[in-house]
Amino acid sequence: MTVVATRGRRHDALSVVVAAVAGALFGAGLIVSGMAQPARVIGFLDVSRGWDPSLAFVMGGAVVIYALAFRWIRRGRTAPWFDGRFHLPTRADIDGSLLAGAALFGIGWGLGGLCPGPGLVAAASGATTGMAFVAAMVVGMLLQHLSARR
Amino acid sequence: MIGTAGALLFLGHGRIAGISGVLGSLLPPRPAPDRAWRLAFLGGLLAAGVGAAMIAPAAIGESVRSLPIVIVAGVIVGFGTRLGSGCTSGHGVCGLSRMSIRSLVAVATFMTTGALTAWIAGAVS
Repeated sequence: MTVVATRGRRHDALSVVVAAVAGALFGAGLIVSGMAQPARVIGFLDVSRGWDPSLAFVMGGAVVIYALAFRWIRRGRTAPWFDGRFHLPTRADIDGSLLAGAALFGIGWGLGGLCPGPGLVAAASGATTGMAFVAAMVVGMLLQHLSARR
Repeated sequence: MIGTAGALLFLGHGRIAGISGVLGSLLPPRPAPDRAWRLAFLGGLLAAGVGAAMIAPAAIGESVRSLPIVIVAGVIVGFGTRLGSGCTSGHGVCGLSRMSIRSLVAVATFMTTGALTAWIAGAVS
């Protein structure tokens, strides 16, 4: 019993460590690639003023790496390390919520130059606009949750 | 690094590394029961920001827009990412990699409105 319990706790602790490492690596990737610099993000989105396409390569590179790893993991395993199954989105329909939500997100991204990940990184770094953005983003998320519940 | 980090989360927890989903699912009124990995992942993300502020502060910038505009942008991003089930990471990186049609449509939509908004906001400011 004790052995099992200890192994369970160790397993839990390790799973948390892996998630934290993934988060830290994700954050470091955003920072290194320039995604945490709103001026560069806006320079990428705004093609009319000396377009800076470098962030497209960041996204493209991440897509290629993730696509290869994703396939390899799905082929080699039936479940992840710390869960009984993979949790994949199952919806395939294109509905109004997807379109309206994505359209709104783009407007907010183009307006502030921050999306959720870089916003959190900027907030943690002590950037005033980053902290304000994250606080406002949480309010926006809560508003959506409340409106969806009706 | 971003792709590897997403893959590590998938290998470890079988979850999609979408920041708006990881964060949003912690919020009321119906928070997800699986809080530990979400908090750990977000903690790692925040730690990267704290670390960068100490060793490479120039790598993280303030928004080029005024504070009220950033606050409006934040509310719109929060609302939109939850309504549209994802942001740059979930739809952009993970969704496109999985060849999800929903994500492809979402990315095309937010890149278009993002480009238009950045152009208009740049023109008026």
